[in-house]
Amino acid sequence: MIAYIVRRLLLLPIVLFGLLFIVFQMYNLLDPFQKLAVFVPDVSRLKNVDPHLLIKEYGLDKPWWYQFGRWLNNVIHGEFGWSKTANRDVLDAFKRFLPQTVELTLWAAIPIILGGIWLGQLSAVKQNSAIDQFARVFAVTGWSLPTFVAGILGLFIFYGLLHWFPPGRLSTNVGLYVFTSGKFHLYTGIITLDAILNWNWWVFADALRHLILPVVTLSYVSWALLLRVTRSSMLETLRQEYIMTARAKGLPERVVIKRHARRNALIPVATIAGLTIAGLMGGLVITETIFDLPGIGRWAANAARQFDMPALLAYLLFSGFLIVIANLTVDILYAVIDPRVRLE
Amino acid sequence: MKTLIKLLKNPLGATGIVLLVFFAVVAIIAPYIAPPRWPDEPFRMPRYGYWSEPRPPQPGHPFGLSSGQYDIFYGCVWGTRLAWIVSLLVVGLSAAIGIFLGMVGAFYGGLVDEVIMRITDIFYAFPFLSAAMALAAILGHTVKSGVIALVTFGWMSYARLIRGEVLRLKEVDYVQAARAVGVPTYRILLRHILPNAIWPVFVTATMNMGSIVITFAALSFLGVGLPQDYADWGQMISFSRDWIIGLHGNPLQYWYTFTFPGAAITLFCLAWNLLGDALRDILDPRLRGRITV
Repeated sequence: MIAYIVRRLLLLPIVLFGLLFIVFQMYNLLDPFQKLAVFVPDVSRLKNVDPHLLIKEYGLDKPWWYQFGRWLNNVIHGEFGWSKTANRDVLDAFKRFLPQTVELTLWAAIPIILGGIWLGQLSAVKQNSAIDQFARVFAVTGWSLPTFVAGILGLFIFYGLLHWFPPGRLSTNVGLYVFTSGKFHLYTGIITLDAILNWNWWVFADALRHLILPVVTLSYVSWALLLRVTRSSMLETLRQEYIMTARAKGLPERVVIKRHARRNALIPVATIAGLTIAGLMGGLVITETIFDLPGIGRWAANAARQFDMPALLAYLLFSGFLIVIANLTVDILYAVIDPRVRLE
Repeated sequence: MKTLIKLLKNPLGATGIVLLVFFAVVAIIAPYIAPPRWPDEPFRMPRYGYWSEPRPPQPGHPFGLSSGQYDIFYGCVWGTRLAWIVSLLVVGLSAAIGIFLGMVGAFYGGLVDEVIMRITDIFYAFPFLSAAMALAAILGHTVKSGVIALVTFGWMSYARLIRGEVLRLKEVDYVQAARAVGVPTYRILLRHILPNAIWPVFVTATMNMGSIVITFAALSFLGVGLPQDYADWGQMISFSRDWIIGLHGNPLQYWYTFTFPGAAITLFCLAWNLLGDALRDILDPRLRGRITV
């Protein structure tokens, strides 16, 4: 197993380098003037200066491998340039927007994973029954519904018609209280968590109320994948001989499914669940835009629309990095749990 | 032919086919049901004014006018044609690239395979929508740049899939036999391996058609896809964003602005997914239950 993990770890630098290389190549499609924004740490430096001098200074007229070196050096030192959409340094902007994204991801993870597994298991145990058909149709419609259509539909019904769940992060008065009154201490920037730490339940309730609609939307459009994986894995496990043995010795069906089948069937599911969450965190662009949540996804969408390249490239690096790490963790965990993987 | 009959007998598969036939017909007869104002640029939507408030369905504008007074019916009809063009192009190109790389890697093995698979891994590390969004933003607002962006970050699943199949088929007796009698490599790949390895790719491609249309529309929705007056479903939905909530007392006031394009894109995608699900069950019983997402 050690050999497997070492081999897997050795691949990490290669994949990371590849990631950086591809992002650099995208950056390299820009013209020198656009590239400047990625290098200049502060917009004030762009005033009253001949851009041609700056282009010379940063070596933006040199061949690409030279620029790649300089760019890498910047990235390693955490210098990503100035984000004009956030009106601050890219790294600062990250710190500001990340809590919202983490919050949404964590809240969405719960129903996505639990619900997906539950639906998949139900659908496998009752294969070809009405429940199975219903669960599959439910999942395939969710899979076919674009996030932006689902989100708009949700807002239309639950905000426009019923006035239950408004968009945004907090209601105006609550937002004022949280960010400007000074009575609410922001420990992490994750409002629901901070509300608990402040023992402030009405802030918690308000934050949660704003999270329900995005979480439900995300769950509905992401359930299909987990349902499919759980279902097929469960079906395969239920056909194994040890399940037959368990049934033959007279164990109740509930025990057979919960204790014997589900545990083994969930191994591949764990992989997909891990990757889904990592993918979610780097892919909340649409959800955050529709529900007007100030996370890194909405920031990236604004950056793309307004050609704020430093922000966009940093976002891309970040979300790619996240997936690489998630992949690695999942692979190693998988090898620890399932001895068959190591032997391959 | 047999497959088609089986598909039509499967209720979900038949639904998918009927929907796709409908969309195909709409795409083909688009110039007759929604004659373009500028025949050279049929995808440019004609406007009927400049004020921002949408107007309800009325004679001459069966689906109403969107914010900015674009005809919603025109947008939906030509959007259908665009969806077909884009999804076929993107899926076709991605599959071609993926099949080529996957087959070469699996057949030659060793270092070639290692390099190709690592490149695949690297491209897999990017979240599809975010990466496509960034590349499309850099390349500019055209259909071409959207297609390039989607292909660049969308070919990997085909490469992995075909690689697995080729690895399996490489060891099969008839391929070994072909090799033994000296059939040239390219001929083994094209004539002996590809026809047997293609079915899972076909199923994946079918399922992919829907998600490509969604992602392309998402690009327009985010404002990095196409020019503003381009007939595209995502664009139409993005027009409706500010009009989700009607004036007080009449929350349903602007229902038409997103119902029609939203239904079009959802049904198009649903049709492909239903067809893909049914195809998977029919074409290859061994695949039943295996994941092909």
